[in-house]
This record gives sequence, structure tokens and C-alpha cells, in this order.
Amino acid sequence: MPTLTGAEIIVRLLERQGIEFLAGIPGGANLPLYDALSHSRIRHVLARHEQGAGFIAQGAARATGRPAVCLATSGPGATNLLTAIADARLDSVPIVCLTGQVPSPMLGVDAFQEVDTYGLAIPVTKHCFLARSPEELLRIIPEAFRIAASGRPGPVLVDLPRDVQTGLASFDAWPEPGLPDAPPVPDPLAVARAASLIGQSRRPLLLLGGGAARSGAHRAARLLMERCGLPAVSTLHGLGCAPADHPLNLGMLGMHAARAANAALEECDLLLAVGCRLDDRATGRMDRFCPDAALVHIDIDAAEIGKRRATQAAVAADARLALEALAESLEPAPRLAWRVRVTTLGEQWGLRPPGLDDPRSAYGVIAAAARAAARTDGPDVLVATDVGRHQMRTAQVWPQVRPNRLLTSGGLGTMGFGLPAAIGAALAEPGRPVLCVSGDGSLLMNVQELATAVEQGARVKILLMDNGCLGLVRQQQELFMGGRTFGSGFSARADYVALARAFGMPAFDLAAAADPETAMAEAFAAPGPCLIRCAVEDEPHVLPMVPPGGANCEMICQEAGTVETITAKEAAHACA
Amino acid sequence: MPAPDANAPAPAGTVLELTVSNHPGVMSQVCGLFARRAFNVEGVACLPLPDAAGEDGGGGLSRIWLLLREDQRLVQIVRQVEKLHDVRATRLLPGGHPVFSALAAHLA
Repeated sequence: MPTLTGAEIIVRLLERQGIEFLAGIPGGANLPLYDALSHSRIRHVLARHEQGAGFIAQGAARATGRPAVCLATSGPGATNLLTAIADARLDSVPIVCLTGQVPSPMLGVDAFQEVDTYGLAIPVTKHCFLARSPEELLRIIPEAFRIAASGRPGPVLVDLPRDVQTGLASFDAWPEPGLPDAPPVPDPLAVARAASLIGQSRRPLLLLGGGAARSGAHRAARLLMERCGLPAVSTLHGLGCAPADHPLNLGMLGMHAARAANAALEECDLLLAVGCRLDDRATGRMDRFCPDAALVHIDIDAAEIGKRRATQAAVAADARLALEALAESLEPAPRLAWRVRVTTLGEQWGLRPPGLDDPRSAYGVIAAAARAAARTDGPDVLVATDVGRHQMRTAQVWPQVRPNRLLTSGGLGTMGFGLPAAIGAALAEPGRPVLCVSGDGSLLMNVQELATAVEQGARVKILLMDNGCLGLVRQQQELFMGGRTFGSGFSARADYVALARAFGMPAFDLAAAADPETAMAEAFAAPGPCLIRCAVEDEPHVLPMVPPGGANCEMICQEAGTVETITAKEAAHACA
Repeated sequence: MPAPDANAPAPAGTVLELTVSNHPGVMSQVCGLFARRAFNVEGVACLPLPDAAGEDGGGGLSRIWLLLREDQRLVQIVRQVEKLHDVRATRLLPGGHPVFSALAAHLA
């Protein structure tokens, strides 16, 4: 019968859970846990800010699909984690956060570094625990991993009072590691109803979200696209589910979609939405979203069904299982007229970003980086982004060959996500570089993690798009605030090459490279981290763009900023 | 304190009856969810279940009754409540529940 401290129990349970590394920062309230960790084979990654630790865990979890762990002390340690936790909640990322807390007898007396972590965590976690005894940890820790990874994944927090870490517990046997529950299977009647509606539709459209990517539904999706003439659009997190260069793949939908994608939404008579929550950046004005379409919604989270729009059929199940069941139920259908219409839309209104062949331009440098990365690592590259114009450009032009390769903060839109997430992904998938596309505004929000990247030797390659302003904010001011670019410029510019070098990270300016693509390929092939600065002061707007609050069918497509209506319904009805 | 008025009118509305784990954070989890999703709760009652004493002797389960206005978002909020891990069972009582008539009597 083992007798161990709570801290020793936690560390042993993490080892049994298969955790290889975790990120965190020690402090008074989690020191017993750190002391136990010092005897463990688990690698500790010392972040330089708890938000960095949270995003390092997120990067690992997003890259592998398995729960990853971060640690913080009580008080400011816990509050610093919250942004990364809220981000994981909105993007359904499984992380387990272990926070130190003041000793139980001190709870509620405003002790040093005491904050109501449990109360703060409730609205931003999938579930949270406040451990009350060392014995309870044997149940709580595996349960935290089970909850984080089951169904729709999400963050779980366990608050650990110091006396729970130091107290002794005797027990008979170790519990089994917490594994995800079996994915919920689709109800055959619901599938039959969905199949019947799709079978009757003339212009069905597939919408693939993060749930489709995470569940591995891409094969079934590709089969349906081909067999049933189902063109596809994707959300930011669904990119890579549909084959990259397929004529029926219209790419991302919504605010920064190609006109072709939003036009297809306007013209479809049925939308098959898979593993997505129909958020406002994707749908635009909901009352004008897919105006002629029946909605068939597949989601593992039953609460998503009917949340934003009533459905005509719905399957609350794992996306892959549901799509496979649908593929079995549906007869092949040519839908030739609709295929031709969608192909024409793609040819006519596909994305044509400016400067793609100039490797020092805002779009061209991303395309050049993708080619350079493919040269060293094949086309299947992990790329993390921050939040801003560089993020939308990456989503628009990065060649998405596989799902789950684009790590980006979609729901919360957290600037500062990119660098620590890339570090986490690089540590989780050692041996291959992880590209971090960032901007100067975003990089500065977690710039301290440059030190972590160097210390860990993480193979993170930062492509820094330096424009001296908060670009996407500035774009909205230019387009919608009468051109008053207030509060969005940096008059004090940093020398980011010198800054990276000050942290011990190799860095260079792309302007000084004779051949930018070759310089990037050499940088990607090298071990360890690197920063590549690309000046993009004269970058164009990210277009097309749906004005915030507007309908998807009304997009700004030219620098001048005029809103164009992109529907062409007469043509659509010709394929009825 | 005046005696409760047994003839006070019962408050109208649907009652959502929840069976939940009994620990200090649960009320906060449940009520916070309604606040976050901008869904009004008209009344709340809560008691530990006498027959479900937990191993720690603190009572393993509690019952919460929430008095809600009928609203087209009722189905959505019930689905969100069902996702809470401390919520073990839910039951919708469209005719209300006597616990609120008894409580209303104290207001008269």
C-alpha cells in the first residue's frame, strides 16, 4: 500500500498518463509540486510568463490532439493563465492546468497570492476542480484528462491548495489513466433524415469545421465531395480537410473568404455543416446567411445544434462517424450543373492575392516560406500564426494539405498566441521545424518566450511581418472609421533582429538576403530557433472583407473599400 | 416575522429540476452559466438529497430547482446545463413545482 504526498501522487499520475513534458512557472503555492517534479522523468519547460506556459501546452495539444499540461502558482500565476485557458475553451483544445493555491485553512482570508481561481476558471474552462484532500487526487487527476479529451475537447483546471500537495495519502492501487470516452455514435434515424434531405437537394454545400479536422472526418468528406457533387468550404480550423487544389474546394468562408466561397453559400439550397459552431466571423449576419438553404448540422456537442440557427436535420455525434454513415446512406449523384457552377465560381472569383510572386511582399513572403518549408520538410508543415493580417493571409495562401496543421487562435483571437504555441508544437513534434508567422504587434505580447525557445532549443522559425502598427485594427480604421488611424501605430519601432539576438536567437532581415526563399530554406533546415524579419509597411489590405456585422454576400474586394454585392442568383437557378 | 400566506399565488413559469454533485462550487457553476448565456432565472431553491450521503459524509448529491420563463432559448440553455459535469440529471417541469409556491408564500 503506497503512502505518498499529494504532490508525488500528481507527478506519478502525470507519468502514468504519458505526459512527456509540461510548461510552467514555480511559485510559493506550487513548490511542493515542483519539488516532486524534480525527481520525475517528465521534462519541465520553464516559461517566462504563465500565459506562455498555457499556450505552450496548447501548441502541444493542437499538434498532437492529446491533452497537454501547464503549471502555475496561485494568485498572479493563475490569473496569467486565464487568457490561454479561455482561448483553449473557444477553440476546443484539451489542456490540463494545475494551479497552486494557498493552504486550505487560509482559503477565503485574502492570504498572500490568494485569488478565487476556481471561481475565475468556471466561465472559461470545460470543467474545474478544487482539490480538498490528497486522496481525492487519485480520482480528480485522471478525471481531468478524461474530461479534457472526451467529446468536444476543452481545458480543465485543477486548483491545488498547498496542504493538499504536502499531505500524505495511503491507497491500495493506482487508478487507470484518464482516457477519452468512446466518441458518440450517430443515431441511424437522424442520419437517414439528413441523407434524405441531402439526396433531394440540388445545390448542397459542405461546411467543414475544426470538429471535422479533429475527428479525422476528412477522408469521408473527400469521398462525399466526389461521389455526391458536394462542394466544400471550410472554417479557419477546418482548413486542410478538403483537398487543397480540388475544383470543388472553395476554401475558407466568411469575413476574409474568396468571393467564390461566399457566393456558393448564397446560392446553395442545403448546407451540411460539420463540426463547426457557425460563429459570426464565418456566417456574417445570421439572418442573411445561406438564405435559400436548409441546414443539416453535425456536431459532437448537442448544444451547438440549433444554437445559432434552427436545423432541418441534425446529428449529434462524432463528425467522422456521422460523415461515414452519411456516405454509406447516400446514393452517388452527379449534380453536374452545380459542379460546373461551383467550378466556374472558383475560376471567376477565386482568391488572387497581390504580390504572390514577390517574396518580400506581405502575401509573397508567406508563399515563399511555404515553398522553403516544403523543401526542407515536405509539404506537410506545422504552421502557427498570431492574430492579425498575417494570420488571415496565412489562412488564405498557405497550401493546406492536411487537417490540424494550422495552429491559430480562431475563437478568442489572442495576440501573443503564436510564439509559445509554436514552441509547444516543436517540443511535441521534435525533429521538424514549426513555422510561426507573426506580426510585430502580436510578437510583443509574448516576446519573453523568445528566451524559452532558445533555452529549449525549440526548432521554431519565426517569420515576423513588421509593419509598425496593429495592422488589422488599422485596416478597420481605414475602411470603417473614416481613415482616422488613432492609437494603432508604433512610433517607437524595435529592431527585432537585434532583439532576437539579445535573447541568443539567430536572426536576419529578409531585405538583406540575396535570395529570400533560399535564405528561409537554410534557416528552416538549421537546428534550434530563428527569427526572420520581413518589412511590410506598404502592405495592402487583407481582402476580400465582409464589413463587421454585415452579410457575407456583401464584400469589399478593392483597396478603395467599396462594398460589392457578390450574388449571381440567376446563374444559380439555371442549375436547378 | 409574519406567517407565510398559504393562499399566495404560485409563481408562473417552467421549473428546471437538477440533480447535482454536492460541493461548494456547484451553485456557482449553475447560476453562472445562466448569467453568462444571458438567460434569466426567476427563482432558485436548493437542498441536499437526504438519501445520497457521500463517502465524506458531506452529502453526495443535491437538488436544485430553477424557475424559468418559457422562452424559445429554453432548449438551448437546458443543453448547456446538461454539459456541466456536476449536473447528473435534468428534468423539465412545465407545470412548475410546489417548492416555489411555498417560497412565494413567504413574500405575501
